[in-house]
Amino acid sequence: MTPPFNTPPAQPQPANTAGKKRRAALFPLRLFSIDHRIIGIQYLVLALISVVIGTVLSLLMRIHLVWPDWHLPLHGPILPEDYLALVTIHGTIMLFFVLTTAPQAGFGNLILPAQIGARSMAFPTLNATSFWLTAAALLILLSSTFVPGGAAISGWTAYPPLSAVASSGPGQALGMDLWLTSIALFAIASTVSSINTLTTIIRNRCNGMTWERLPLTVWGWFTAALLSIIAFSVLLAAILLLLCDRHAGTSFFLPTGDLVNGVLHQGGNGSPLLWLHLFWFFGHPEVYIAILPGMGLTSMLLANFSHRRVFAYRTMILTTLLIGLLGILLWGHHMFVAGLNPFASSAFSISTMAIALPAAAKVLSWLATTWRSKPSYKTPMLFALGFVSLFLTGGLTGPILAQPILDEYLHNTFFVVAHFHLIMAMAGIFGLYAATYYWFPLLTATSQHPGRLFSEPLGNLHFWCTLVGAYAVFLPMHLTGLAGEPRHYAQLTGIPGPGGSLSPAGALLSNTLPLNRFITYAAIFLATAQLVFLFNLVRSLRKGDFASSNPWQATTLEWHPSMNPFPPPSASDTPEMSVHRAPCHYQSNRSEVSFLPQWEPVPLALDEIEDATDTKPE
Amino acid sequence: MPATITPNKTEQDRKRRVEDHDNGSGRRPPTDKRTGGGGDNDNWNDRPNGRRGPYERLHRYRMGLFFALASDLMFFVAIVSTFFVNQSTGHFDPYNHYVNEWLPTTIPPILWLNTAVLLLSSAAIEFARRNMFRETDVMDEWLGLGKPITRRALPWLAATIALGILFLTGQWIAWRQLALQHIFFKTNQSSHFFYLITGVHAVHLFLGIAGLLTAFTGLYVSRQLETRQILVDGAAWYWHAMGLLWLFLFTLLVFFQ
Repeated sequence: MTPPFNTPPAQPQPANTAGKKRRAALFPLRLFSIDHRIIGIQYLVLALISVVIGTVLSLLMRIHLVWPDWHLPLHGPILPEDYLALVTIHGTIMLFFVLTTAPQAGFGNLILPAQIGARSMAFPTLNATSFWLTAAALLILLSSTFVPGGAAISGWTAYPPLSAVASSGPGQALGMDLWLTSIALFAIASTVSSINTLTTIIRNRCNGMTWERLPLTVWGWFTAALLSIIAFSVLLAAILLLLCDRHAGTSFFLPTGDLVNGVLHQGGNGSPLLWLHLFWFFGHPEVYIAILPGMGLTSMLLANFSHRRVFAYRTMILTTLLIGLLGILLWGHHMFVAGLNPFASSAFSISTMAIALPAAAKVLSWLATTWRSKPSYKTPMLFALGFVSLFLTGGLTGPILAQPILDEYLHNTFFVVAHFHLIMAMAGIFGLYAATYYWFPLLTATSQHPGRLFSEPLGNLHFWCTLVGAYAVFLPMHLTGLAGEPRHYAQLTGIPGPGGSLSPAGALLSNTLPLNRFITYAAIFLATAQLVFLFNLVRSLRKGDFASSNPWQATTLEWHPSMNPFPPPSASDTPEMSVHRAPCHYQSNRSEVSFLPQWEPVPLALDEIEDATDTKPE
Repeated sequence: MPATITPNKTEQDRKRRVEDHDNGSGRRPPTDKRTGGGGDNDNWNDRPNGRRGPYERLHRYRMGLFFALASDLMFFVAIVSTFFVNQSTGHFDPYNHYVNEWLPTTIPPILWLNTAVLLLSSAAIEFARRNMFRETDVMDEWLGLGKPITRRALPWLAATIALGILFLTGQWIAWRQLALQHIFFKTNQSSHFFYLITGVHAVHLFLGIAGLLTAFTGLYVSRQLETRQILVDGAAWYWHAMGLLWLFLFTLLVFFQ
């Protein structure tokens, strides 16, 4: 007998042995657990630490851009190589350790098994191994800041020939080696974790969970994992070749007659363009690895809070896979200005613009799902809507940059920075926030008490501040980019020439300086707004309202009453789950049963009621 | 009586049964997995998820291994693409002539012998793998009549390990022979790739031998038949993949330099 699917919150147990249990629950033994839920939370903690570091670094960059004379406490003035190191570490940390780990490995581990009705991931020990490899990679990356020569300064792309010659300048010696080691470790960890995800989805689904009934979130994780196993090993190969160039005397990426820092490199016949091909064959799918789980989650949340079916469910599955496939084929659009064959540029331009089609189909489905639905605007829903908004505004500049002619002008300006921060960083973060607010009851439930909810007013405040802040930071960047402001420049105003005159670049950019100041103020505001979230997190962990077993009236399996209280009892006690329908089935004309969870068998008479999408509004 | 344009009542009725998971969407209901057979009340729904068939665990590990090998394949695809790109890359000399300095590395003849050894080892492990799944032997083990599976598979596994070590030794000899001709890793473009490709493949075989040794130990140590089957099966598929990969890489080095 299945328990009712919306049981009221259970009362917390009296805390007689609370202290002891809390100590046992907190650390040492659990640190090396192979339980997928603990590993998921470990990944989330890792991502939280990383995002705090990455945000602080970005603030330092913004402050340096408008007040270049500012002295960093305990450090002194920010030199050009310091600024480039900030760019590099910020990009690497945010892309790898936040946007790749948190949605894919973090929430994937926490929620995915429950959502497909599995007891655990397919390979639990491997799962723990990949987490600890990721943690080691983060430590190595951070340690590169403290070595002689400083952290790597080549950006997250590490273009040769400078990165291939250890003596080519600051940040290219030991710091670069550590950076490469860290990313190589991360690539291995990510591949292992993706193998785990794929095998779990294919092999460990419960009864009745057919491919077409998989929640779209699972499809997002599935596609992202497929991209991971295809792309990350290519990056690993490229890193191996680059390390050979640096230390074994080869020249895969070093051209003949290249003069680097006064040293002429003979022999070789390598090609720096080759690194770009290998790197971007990984690098472009990487941004889809970051965004696809967010897309799937947005689809599910919009349907859930609108009380509607997902519009065109099968098409949404297809577009997810199509975005993944096209995502592998269009790496060359990062290389339009790097000396790529113009005919190849045309091919990459067309394939890049083609990806607008499945992306537009997704947006259409999101709009059609919410259209005239009177959604309930809870915080997760707000963040899902914010995801759609940022995905649109960020995505609209994609086809512009996909054209080689326009990219000639806009490449390496802040226009590109604005584009990818809106669509990848901001939309990605909004997806993460939506996931956090939505799944918080599952994250926080213990054997002591049921899960807790975030405070809604604080969540609303956080959402609106973040939305306004995101647009205030990244919309003006399009304008400064159009005005020609280059990226990766430590000092925009230039060093005053003889007689105090501005350098040519400084003269060009003096017009955008007020706008740049505004962006910096907005960035500080945006970062401060995140303190609301941190406060809400700490407060809700301790005294948030207790949630019922299914507080959002969700239809997917992770909200099965046996999953909450959380963690559920040991695997052998977990009841069998069976799935009877696709997710997001809602009914409006029977008040007692307004939504049909996937696990609920319903008698024929009730099942025959038409769902809400088929009825005319009163 | 007027002609009816609406179908009669019997055709309007939906014929579907909820107990068959038919939700009326018109699509095919999901396959019923409650097989189990034998009339012994062995309902697989009573078993934990993901373990419903006799070889469920084996198939899961095999699938994980295949995804890992797919990922590994992309690693070698990247290296081989680099090979072709660098092979066709040249530069302009001071007289504005286009110069391509690719000097093909002569393959030491011992590599042909090594290839034969690797093929033999692949055959040997296939015998070991098949011996793990002989049904009469499985039944004997189940009845407690000794360990015929281990007895049959062990010699083949040992032979594979020996042949694998022989292959690696042969590769070592090949590298020594090249070094005697003063061709080292950093000598020229072609030698970069010869050493890189053979070296990375050797590392993979080294890991493979570690896997084979684990399987070998497992045959002695593990009492559960399924674990032994997984160990040997996984090691075997990995070894086959490396053998196939070597054939491809060897063809590349011999004919496409």
